Amino acid sequence: MIAVALWSVAALLALAPAGVVLSARPRGSFILYGGCLIATSTLCVTALSDLLYFPYLTPTATLPIGLPWLGAHFRLDALSAFFLVVVNLGGAAASLFALGYGQHEDSPGRVLPFYPAYLAAMNVVVLANDAFSFLVAWEFMSLTSWAMVVSHHREAENVRAGYVYLLMASFGTLALLLAFGLLASRAGYDFDAIRASHPSAALAGMVVILVLLGAGSKAGLVPLHAWLPLAHPAAPSHVSGLMSGVMTKVAVYGFVRIVFDLLPEPVWWWSVVVLLVGGPTATLGVLYALMQRDIKRVLAYSTIENIGIIFTGLGLALAFKAQGLDWVAALAFTAALLHVFNHALFKSLLFFGAGAVLEVTGERDMEKLGGLIHRMPKTAFAVLVGCVAISALPPFNGFVSEWLTFQAILLSPQLPNWGLKLIIPAVGGLLALAAAFAAACFVKLYGISFLGRPRSDVAASAHETDRFSLAAMFALAALCLVAGILPGLFIDALAPVSKAMVGNVMPHQTGLEWLTIVPIAESRSSYNGLLVFLFAALSGMAAASAIHRLASDRLRRAPAWDCGYPDPSPAIQYSASSFSQPIRRVFGSVILAAREIGEMPPPLSPAPARLTVDMRDLIWDALYAPIAKVISVATERINTLQFLTIRRYLTLVFAALVVLLLVVAL
Amino acid sequence: MSSLQFDIAHLLAGSLVLASFMMLYQDRLYALLNVYALHAGVLALSVAWQAYVQHAPHLYVTALIALVFKAIIIPVALHRIIRQLGIHREIENVIGVGLTMMAGIGLVALSMVVMLRVTPGADALAREDLAFALSVLLLGLLIMVTRRNAVSQVVGFMSLENGLVLAATGAKGMPLVVEISVAFSVLIAFIVIGIFLFRIRERFDSVDVQELDRFRGERR
Amino acid sequence: MTTLRDILSQGVQMCLVLLLAPLLTGFVRKVKARLLRRRGPPLMQPYRDLIRLMRKDVVLADNASWLFRVIPYLMFAGTWVAASLVPTFGNGLLFSWSADLIAIIALLGSARFFQALAGMDVGTAFGGIGSSREVMIASLAEPAMLITVFSVAMIAGSTQLSNVAEFMGSDAVGLRVSLGMAFVALTIVALAENARIPVDNPATHLELTMVHEAMVLEYSGRHLALIDLSSQLKLLLYVSLIACVFLPWGTAAADAGVVRLGLGALLYLGKLVVLGFLLAVFETSIAKMRVFRIPEFLGAALMLALLATLLRFVSGSL
Repeated sequence: MIAVALWSVAALLALAPAGVVLSARPRGSFILYGGCLIATSTLCVTALSDLLYFPYLTPTATLPIGLPWLGAHFRLDALSAFFLVVVNLGGAAASLFALGYGQHEDSPGRVLPFYPAYLAAMNVVVLANDAFSFLVAWEFMSLTSWAMVVSHHREAENVRAGYVYLLMASFGTLALLLAFGLLASRAGYDFDAIRASHPSAALAGMVVILVLLGAGSKAGLVPLHAWLPLAHPAAPSHVSGLMSGVMTKVAVYGFVRIVFDLLPEPVWWWSVVVLLVGGPTATLGVLYALMQRDIKRVLAYSTIENIGIIFTGLGLALAFKAQGLDWVAALAFTAALLHVFNHALFKSLLFFGAGAVLEVTGERDMEKLGGLIHRMPKTAFAVLVGCVAISALPPFNGFVSEWLTFQAILLSPQLPNWGLKLIIPAVGGLLALAAAFAAACFVKLYGISFLGRPRSDVAASAHETDRFSLAAMFALAALCLVAGILPGLFIDALAPVSKAMVGNVMPHQTGLEWLTIVPIAESRSSYNGLLVFLFAALSGMAAASAIHRLASDRLRRAPAWDCGYPDPSPAIQYSASSFSQPIRRVFGSVILAAREIGEMPPPLSPAPARLTVDMRDLIWDALYAPIAKVISVATERINTLQFLTIRRYLTLVFAALVVLLLVVAL
Repeated sequence: MSSLQFDIAHLLAGSLVLASFMMLYQDRLYALLNVYALHAGVLALSVAWQAYVQHAPHLYVTALIALVFKAIIIPVALHRIIRQLGIHREIENVIGVGLTMMAGIGLVALSMVVMLRVTPGADALAREDLAFALSVLLLGLLIMVTRRNAVSQVVGFMSLENGLVLAATGAKGMPLVVEISVAFSVLIAFIVIGIFLFRIRERFDSVDVQELDRFRGERR
Repeated sequence: MTTLRDILSQGVQMCLVLLLAPLLTGFVRKVKARLLRRRGPPLMQPYRDLIRLMRKDVVLADNASWLFRVIPYLMFAGTWVAASLVPTFGNGLLFSWSADLIAIIALLGSARFFQALAGMDVGTAFGGIGSSREVMIASLAEPAMLITVFSVAMIAGSTQLSNVAEFMGSDAVGLRVSLGMAFVALTIVALAENARIPVDNPATHLELTMVHEAMVLEYSGRHLALIDLSSQLKLLLYVSLIACVFLPWGTAAADAGVVRLGLGALLYLGKLVVLGFLLAVFETSIAKMRVFRIPEFLGAALMLALLATLLRFVSGSL
């Protein structure tokens, strides 16, 4: 099993240099993405069969590369297998999408070589079984994705995004490096050795904080999220889908691997930290998303929301596990992992949809779109599925994972700890708020860009996208539905992971009649997506046929009514900013410091009236701006070092040597 | 104590917290006074119920004082003051209602955690009463802090005092002497603040306490 | 035998809610009219309206998409399924386990999601205003509802409505402040969700304050009939929900005989009359709020629900 996986990764790595050659060929991108599709599908099938049939075997492999005395260790346990499935499902879908989408790339030489390397790096992170390989692959993943973020380097915005991304990625790796340094100080770099060592509680606590900083900055936890909405939209759309749908999940993997697997039993305050970060991340992320007008940026901010939901689930799992309630911990943990899977599905789907729109219209700004449902009906259908799924509405998959998270929250009175008892319902309230905002956000995204009348000529002359892109989107949409109506299968597949990480599993689901899911006991709660879906479909169809047969099925077209005031100009429609105005006014005035400034010209003046909306990211103002200022002041001071004479440089080197010797001597 | 008796005591004390929240929510002076009257009425009921449950007749006196003074005389007097002074009837908040309510919820959570942690051995009713009383007290302070209008500050102060009475009755009653002296002190405070109101009004044509700060040159 | 009974009871429930929903709306309208000393339309008027609308042609705006035509059916299906899962006269619904209270709310959320999309499909100014305000109201009403559900579920130890109803009907409940607060919060949410008066006016047109009506402005004929029927179903759902959680007396148990079921049905009708009457009285005695006053109103519900959950911890820990 692991051999197949490693060979596929090697094939991906081999495709990277081939990409340099292929990018010059006319059909080059087709061949390269085809190769990636085969390799990732192989990996996905391998990992899936491992998860389903041999979940309790943990094959390992050691390759003589990396540090000479260590080698590179790889291991395929249930957790790795699950994340391999997520990574490669997303990778395969992105490659399939790119078979069509990649044809339109302006500068293929800036994307093709990095794409397979990026996929390979994410796979290696998940497979790595020692800190060195893990970190190298992690950094490789950051660098290759950075290269693709700045692939369209002529837009100044993208270069800035790349710069911020590189900085934050380095910060994250540094935090992880320190975390592994603390762990390895007693045991060495091998994960098996770290697992066997028993770090003290204080050390473990520091590691948790560092991992939260390191993995959290990659995943986009507030307040380390600032780079994400800049970098994810800047990349080509299939890469955006991978970054949002998959790479953030690799970050979640890093967190789970270290905190749940490598560290000893959790302490209750870890969960407090994780919950206090996760809940606000969910709400703030989607509130920011609601205020945007760039489609891809909306999606990037909504990734932050979903990461918040996932971390809330993980925090709940930590809380319950720390108090010995591992059957609830299994529920929360399974919910978090299910959301990892679900989010990978619908976020990739939505980014692909945004990519298809971008490809045919050249626009990411919602204010210039509209009416695409008439001109791109198939894309519009797939994106609609994605929007319903991500808004956590039944019968799609997003609802199931959020429902499970809520079920875990409802068990919080079982906790003996007072602080947690009060924090968890508050976090539940934040999640509920986030779910409602998410629905608002995706009504806006879909309603403004796909419904209504076209707001620009490019939107009016759009056409349907190619068949590979459509195939990728429809495959993902179908998976969203399947995961929504048959969640029991997915929960059971996650059982070995939860067994390995929190020591318990959720009750077995597939044996229940009608494929209901029952998280704890039937008297407490149960949900059956299949029946709800069938009921709704049947009653809708029954109503339609009854009305058509018994009453009337005639239909005629006429101009829109609009209360008697129809206006032919499409500018009369609600715009993206005006759609979010009520919510901005209610919530944004405090959280985003949103101000509306209306300028009314004096009577008789021909000047137009203006309304400007001013919004600020307070976290950026409070956290990033001061740091940037300190750094710029400090670097200006150090700048003088660049203009010294050679004698002075030698003096510096000499002084450094003497100081080091002194340190050694003392 | 039977569970029904306990439930009713719980219900009344909880309603007092709820009434405090209603006061936080009001943005009209008259409405605020009416809610305050309700607050005091609920307090009187709660104290009377305690008197019945604990078989402590002197608590009936406390309840009566609460009813007569706080639920009837003071609101009526304040109504008259507002009418006579022609005070602007909208309350100006320092921060928005939403934030104030959130802060209120946080304070209730805080008082529950504190009270339930420090009194593990006490009798269930007393614990719960104390937790509610502390919430009422903190909410009263919150009202005083977040309102600019002097009348609403007075109301906040008196709701705070209601919290004290609730705490005292829950803890197996307090001596009548103490109770009467507290009631009188509140009355005196009321009179003092009333005179104070007149004075501010005379001088500044408003009861917005910001005027005082402005006068002393302390504004911002 | 029991399965047959269960299927029957579920089927009766589905038909019952469908048949009663317009009647409840008609009743509320009638009471409101009588309170204003008008005669008001007859009780059966909503049925007549529905039938008349269904027989009419659909006049569709020129640029309406396929989604616009599908949405009425989606909304109706979602609302009907949700309404048939709330216990009305008896607890033993065959499929009550297929969706718990959270799922029922989410089903209504789906219906609302599609309705807001429908408002934006034709590309008119009124549709946009309705959708935009609807999501603003929902962004507060949904969390308030969910937290109310939390507090009720923590008291009853279940989110399964049949079990909640059974628990609420038992003696184990007692008087609880948190229950009272949850009740008030649920009432506020129900008013907002059903576009009733302090939040929205179901009988208004051509006003900038309208929300629900603005979204469905472009609908006509059978589509409009379905949307009207779904909003009537939604009102019935919320009234039944309040009745089932807070007035659980008389709801027939899962294994009750036909007589008990009949009694349950009679009592259920009585509850509908009482709650509908209260709704009408409330609506006539209060004025509609400004749009930006609504967040405070719903915020109060959110706070009440949170407070109820907190208090639940206090009494739960004793």
